[in-house]
Amino acid sequence: MDRRSVRRHLGLVGHATSLYDDLSVLDNVRFTVRARGGSVGSVEPALERLGLAGRLRHVPVSRLSAGQRRRCTLAGLVACDAELWLLDEPHAGLDAEGRDLVDQLVGDARDRGRTVIMASHDLDRASAVASRQVTIEAGTAQRGPAQAAPVTSEASGVG
Amino acid sequence: MWADAGLVAGKDLRIEFRSRVALNQVLPFSFVVLVLFAFALDPDRGILERAAPGLFWVAVLLTSLLATQRSFAVEAADGNRDGLRMSGLDPAGLFLGKAGAVAAQLLLLEALLLVGVSFLYGIALRSFGLLALTCLLATLGLAGAGTVYGAMSFGLRVRETLLPLLVLPVLAPVLLAATRSFEAALGGAPRETFGWLGLLAAFAALYAVVGLFGFGPLLEES
Amino acid sequence: MTTTTTSTSTARRASSLLGWASLILVGATVGLGLVLPKTQEQAEYSRLIAVHPPAAWASYVAVGVAAIAAIGHLVTRRASWDRVTIASLEVGAVFTAITLATGSIWGRPTWGVWWEWDARLTTEALLLAVLLGAVALRRSLAPGRGRAVITSVAALATVGLLPVVHFSVQWWRSQHQVGTLLSPDPASNADNPYIVAMLLGFVAFTVAFAWLVVQRVRLEALEEAYDEVILDRAITDRRAEARPTTEVPA
Repeated sequence: MDRRSVRRHLGLVGHATSLYDDLSVLDNVRFTVRARGGSVGSVEPALERLGLAGRLRHVPVSRLSAGQRRRCTLAGLVACDAELWLLDEPHAGLDAEGRDLVDQLVGDARDRGRTVIMASHDLDRASAVASRQVTIEAGTAQRGPAQAAPVTSEASGVG
Repeated sequence: MWADAGLVAGKDLRIEFRSRVALNQVLPFSFVVLVLFAFALDPDRGILERAAPGLFWVAVLLTSLLATQRSFAVEAADGNRDGLRMSGLDPAGLFLGKAGAVAAQLLLLEALLLVGVSFLYGIALRSFGLLALTCLLATLGLAGAGTVYGAMSFGLRVRETLLPLLVLPVLAPVLLAATRSFEAALGGAPRETFGWLGLLAAFAALYAVVGLFGFGPLLEES
Repeated sequence: MTTTTTSTSTARRASSLLGWASLILVGATVGLGLVLPKTQEQAEYSRLIAVHPPAAWASYVAVGVAAIAAIGHLVTRRASWDRVTIASLEVGAVFTAITLATGSIWGRPTWGVWWEWDARLTTEALLLAVLLGAVALRRSLAPGRGRAVITSVAALATVGLLPVVHFSVQWWRSQHQVGTLLSPDPASNADNPYIVAMLLGFVAFTVAFAWLVVQRVRLEALEEAYDEVILDRAITDRRAEARPTTEVPA
């Protein structure tokens, strides 16, 4: 299996921001998109979605707050529109508005047929958007009582 | 592959353009080295003039170390390594892009240093074509080898001390050949440069091959 | 990941046979070098011809073996190849150091100084630096597949570098008319009594190289097994810590 061709379909957002400090928001997102072979046209809409349009576009990433940097990384993810999203604690470092935004993005992606795997400690939030949930305890996956409720959507926790 | 190389080189050069590290730090560093040589070697006895080609290339070698370090320091920040791996970029293209950006910066620095050497050490420059060719071939080798060894020490916390140890002995043949080539060109014996230029080309080719094929595995595993 | 290679009795017997053989051969070489009578013009130190070229030869063999093992690892991704690579690099560094030391000692009475920029010595000096760098790199890396790949690439780069270094230094020194140290041409030195010792030395040092590599490979295998045991234990401890938990919150 060719790792690289598989990776073009993945999007990863983890604890680290994977941003180039000296480049602006726009430059960073553009690089991410073009590295993946995507079209540059998706950059602007993604920035707008994440609330980074306007003057913020040209600000070097090093001058942004932690929350804004997280949004920049997410903008890259959205712009690439990968088929499989891997999210590790995406709510961390964001204010309430930001967390809602993440939930919306995950919901949108899910509705568009994308697969999202999210690891989260915020079970309430994660449960609200997820269609399946796996809990990991001491290194093994558990079936929790939450499985019993069919209507409830839960987060997939890959710890 | 070439598209990816262009993208990465563009990104690196844009970072340099914004941060101006090469301009503000590396270039003054190389000039300081030239001045230090003058202090060490006592310009009055004509030693500087005779040693000028060698001193120029030692200064370039040390400069290339800084340039390579910087090239990888940019990627070492906050998860960029994983970002690069996950991006789906062709590793050979990534190698070419990074080495290319380093080479471009080095060539510019060399041009300025050459002016500096001519000025500070009183060297009359001639055979510009041969000098330029030497610089080009040597720089390709320096950038290629530096990028390969930079990738090997990429993930290490001791990168700053390990990279010079790894790379300087490897670059010794470049120093040797480039200095001899300069001496021949400046000394009015252009035909003697050909052997040395051939060596520089062989070195550059060796590390181009190692880089193109090895960068992928190195990136995965570091 | 890797399985511990416990030596079978055959392997152990072969290894100790190799050990005895190298001991005897090297001893014979040194003995011959010391015992054979010298000709009138030669000085005592020319006895070093029995060990200096063989040591240099062994260092080149080491680099060659390292390269082959590196290719072997990159192709098969098996740890056994990787162990041979690092073993050859390290043993190669030892022989390179011996070459430099014997060369320097030979040079002292010949040139009056402890060092001359002789073509072969300079090449060996650079080679030593490159090998030490590769070993230092290896030691900085955590055990695993990544380390093996990086070591392999480093070994291949080293072997590719060697001819470049060799030619550049040769041409450089040829311009200054300094002959290569101890370039023994058996045909022209037919009356050199130590040629016999030197030829024996080539064989002896090759065998000694093989034995040293075998020992180092074994050591590497044991170290890797040890690391795995430590890792397993750490994981088990961590799991045990996590076990007594409350119910999973719904």
